Amino acid sequence: MRKVISFLLLAGFVFYFATLTGGLLIPDSSADRSSVGLDILSRSADETGSANAVTSVVVLYRGFDTLGEVTVLFLAALGISVFMKSTGEKRKKVLDQSFILKTGSRLLFPLMFLFGMYIIAHGHLSPGGGFPGGVIIATGFFVILLTSESVNFNKTLMSVLEGLAGLSFIGLGVVGLLGPGNSFLQNFLPLGTFNTVFSAGIIPLIYAVVGIKVGAELSSVVYAMKESK
Amino acid sequence: MNGVLSISTVLNFGSAGLIVLGLYIVFTQKNLIKMVIGIDIAETGVNVLLVSTGYIKGNTAPIFSKAGLQVSSMVDPVPQALVLTSIVIGFGVSALALAMIIKLYEKTGTLDTSKIRGLKW
Amino acid sequence: MLYLLAFLVVVMLIAGIAVIVVKDILSAVILTTVISLVVSVIFLFIASPDVAITEAAIGAALTTVVFVIAIKRTRSKETTDKE
Repeated sequence: MRKVISFLLLAGFVFYFATLTGGLLIPDSSADRSSVGLDILSRSADETGSANAVTSVVVLYRGFDTLGEVTVLFLAALGISVFMKSTGEKRKKVLDQSFILKTGSRLLFPLMFLFGMYIIAHGHLSPGGGFPGGVIIATGFFVILLTSESVNFNKTLMSVLEGLAGLSFIGLGVVGLLGPGNSFLQNFLPLGTFNTVFSAGIIPLIYAVVGIKVGAELSSVVYAMKESK
Repeated sequence: MNGVLSISTVLNFGSAGLIVLGLYIVFTQKNLIKMVIGIDIAETGVNVLLVSTGYIKGNTAPIFSKAGLQVSSMVDPVPQALVLTSIVIGFGVSALALAMIIKLYEKTGTLDTSKIRGLKW
Repeated sequence: MLYLLAFLVVVMLIAGIAVIVVKDILSAVILTTVISLVVSVIFLFIASPDVAITEAAIGAALTTVVFVIAIKRTRSKETTDKE
């Protein structure tokens, strides 16, 4: 029975995609592109001051969606820390890592942290932004966690950072709501010179907040999964 | 355009292949971690499909990095923003599923779905 | 570019089939990482560098980390039981 059901479902999917294949999905000329994308592209540089149109869509035009995304990530991290409750035991002695591995990871961590910060700060100019930057910081934290015997992981500090970051995201949105624009996440700062680091109003601020939140959250997820009993 | 092979055909074929492979893994494998891998692969295929809907042949990325870039020669930014959200949420889903699997393993001592009562089908 | 894209798609699908074939779960996870990296290169070629950098950071690095932790924590008890 199980095999029959799986076979039918898979055959249905194969048939469906076979009908799609053949250039139905991708417009090959600029004539039949979506009007929403074209509209956003033509006004985003003047309205938001951000050189990267994807960033302006993520942070401003669909900013409410990003708030929901951050909330979903927070709920996932909450669920993981509920499942992986730490007993507060002394962590087991790590296998003796080689000296080169230890030193290398200690040298690598500041570089990864710096690179994550760079990705976060340049989210409105180049590809990147808060989400990949935060993930890079969390990966650097994992490198340290993997090799050194004693990690002073301050769980309270991480939760405080995460909560403050989430609060300031909503706070920035509410300031926009009270300001002259009168809508949630409306830009209230001067736009500055186009294509420089200090430009694009509140976009770098929101991405910095998102980066801190994602970095703290994913670091505690990795820590909870690795160290709990 | 040379013959049947175009960029859209290749991308559709690849994403459809990934989705079908992922679903096949979820349906046929008995190991719980391998089922999560299947979900991950199917999700990657969906992301490729979504991004490829916004692609226009020969156009540049939607970034005004230098002056003189025309709006009409850029790809659609909206599907890319959607997929950005989708990737992050996909990671959250996988991590939560794996945490549940670790707890289940501590309770039952096995990862085989045919040996756990209530997970058989 | 068309043939490069076709080559990448073929590599991706071969890695996907290999996930089904291999018995070891750790090899399957590494093959998933290969799929993620190849998909990230495909994203770069279809003019979406934002998605490419996110896929490389999350799909290829952090997902692998979480999977490997899960495998390590579900395998240790099994091997000590058998020995």
